[in-house]
Amino acid sequence: MVTAMRTMKEKTRRDLTLTVLFVIFVAILLQVANVKFDSYQKQVLSLMAIYGIMAVSLNLVNGITGVFSLGHAGFILLGAYTSALLTIPPEQKAMIFIIEPAHPFIANLHTDFFTATIVAGGISALGAFIIGFPVLRLSGDYLAIASLGFSEVLRILALNLQSITNGSLGLKGIPNHTNIWWSWGWLLVTVLFIVSLVKSSYGRALLAIRENPIAAEAMGINVFKHTLLSFVISAFFAGVSGSLYAHWLTTIDPRITTFGPVLTYYVLIMVVLGGLGSVSGSIIGAILFAFLMEWLRMFEQPFTLFGRQYPAIQGMRMLVLSVLFVVTMIVWKRGLFGRAEITWDGIRKLMKKFRRSGSR
Amino acid sequence: MIRNTQGKSERNPILKLEHVTMRFGGLTAVDDFDNVAYEGEILGIIGPNGAGKTTVFNVITGIYFPTSGRIIFDGIDITPYKPHQITHLGVARTFQNIRLFGDLSVLDNVLVAQHHLLSTRDADKILVRHGKEPKVKGHLWFWRAVFKIGYREKERQMIEEAMNLLRKVQLDHLAYEKASSLPYGQQRKLEIARALATEPKLLLLDEPAAGMNPKESEELMEFIKYIRDEFKLTVILIEHDMKVVMGVCERIIVMDSGKIIAEGTPQEISRNPRVIEAYLGKEWEHVNT
Repeated sequence: MVTAMRTMKEKTRRDLTLTVLFVIFVAILLQVANVKFDSYQKQVLSLMAIYGIMAVSLNLVNGITGVFSLGHAGFILLGAYTSALLTIPPEQKAMIFIIEPAHPFIANLHTDFFTATIVAGGISALGAFIIGFPVLRLSGDYLAIASLGFSEVLRILALNLQSITNGSLGLKGIPNHTNIWWSWGWLLVTVLFIVSLVKSSYGRALLAIRENPIAAEAMGINVFKHTLLSFVISAFFAGVSGSLYAHWLTTIDPRITTFGPVLTYYVLIMVVLGGLGSVSGSIIGAILFAFLMEWLRMFEQPFTLFGRQYPAIQGMRMLVLSVLFVVTMIVWKRGLFGRAEITWDGIRKLMKKFRRSGSR
Repeated sequence: MIRNTQGKSERNPILKLEHVTMRFGGLTAVDDFDNVAYEGEILGIIGPNGAGKTTVFNVITGIYFPTSGRIIFDGIDITPYKPHQITHLGVARTFQNIRLFGDLSVLDNVLVAQHHLLSTRDADKILVRHGKEPKVKGHLWFWRAVFKIGYREKERQMIEEAMNLLRKVQLDHLAYEKASSLPYGQQRKLEIARALATEPKLLLLDEPAAGMNPKESEELMEFIKYIRDEFKLTVILIEHDMKVVMGVCERIIVMDSGKIIAEGTPQEISRNPRVIEAYLGKEWEHVNT
């Protein structure tokens, strides 16, 4: 028993070393990319991490707590607007608020990017806390619809609060702060926080709520409080991703195509593609989604088929992506990873299997 | 009502149901239930289907709020409290249809049941208000869990306790198996183990022998007696298997259509004409007389 404890401790230490080495390795790769890649490729690389944060945070609520929320876009929007208003210099604000001048409080706000991102997360978390009280009293489909409704309410508010959000004109000239380091750094923070949570007693409670809320309640878990907790944490990181997204886009407006339900569905596709309930699956799903969205642009080029020239078809990549997604979901019914995580133990087992079959 | 068996009056009642009535619209599921459970006893509730037995459990555990009446547990009026608070105060239960956390391991199922000892502060206030020891030790467990500040030690302690419990109920060799992969009898046992992990004083078992073969129910009877002595529990069980009820219960309450129709020792109950009527119908009695 004592020796078993010790080997387990050694194993956790070894896994920790491996994880640190892996992070350093990824950091080196990112540095290489930062030097070698052109600005378009760097943009895509940043977007992968931003999508990653969105996916991992949605997975906490939809995959781990088992509460099917469709309000993620609302929290991303809240974060995007909050941080953009904080980083746009006052002179710039005076220029873009042309229909109605900005509210004096908003007009003079100015902070650095890091503070703005933290505040964005905080405001989103506060929003989730307030929205959570009515929404999380519901369950199943009703909860999904109510959360979708609230995220649309936030978007419509952004469209109409002229003196705060500049309405349909949107915010222009947001400083281009998001780079590879900010986005991947925040992804690392998000993953560390959420994995640490999931692997603790609180994470087990969230999983128990997913598995059987009635039994969880009977085991002494305050189901509402814990669901609200996961909702608020998820919204915090959604706000962070919104801040990074705003400073990546440099222009935001409350159109249905940028912050509407479509964004929630994109994030949902990433999570479901990777495997609902799997953190590593969510990250891989997000990276894959960002990559495919760009790579599939080749289907939108003018093309030649059987010697005839065809003009470019706009939106063709979405069609191809949908087909790919449907096929993936038929082959892997529970996403690429299901609920499984990539762990060092799993990799070791895989390597052993590989070696054994190789030696034969 | 059947007279009290000797010596009972000296025993300390841990649970008191005072004229509890539960109505759903026009249906009275529980009608003026007025009885107690004494500390350390194994009490059986029997009755035909739809007699209101499970509703009594649901009222005690706070799933339903009774239409009228009061429920006193361990000197605290628990009638207005929520299920998670009542669990924290010391009432644990199992379900008629097994409700395990299927995708979690056996060990994790037990660990989940310990979580309220970190987080259920609202119920702790109730304990303090009644002059009892609070059960949550330490503060800010959420932040300590996420940032691993003095948390690893706690986690190790929790795992150790869970493994001890699993050893006592002989499920330790299955600790890392998925709960849903266990055979039926073991799942029933795990559900009881999980309820025990909440550190209850009162354990409510809803048809623990359902679906078991005679040998398994024999083992279950021994098991119920064992956990009562080992964990110093009071056990209330709902059961249809008469062999189990007669073999393990010290006192039995018989319900029919929401009312208590008889109460007494197994011997008294098996001879009671009203019980025979409720179970076998008037016709049978008529034919015999």
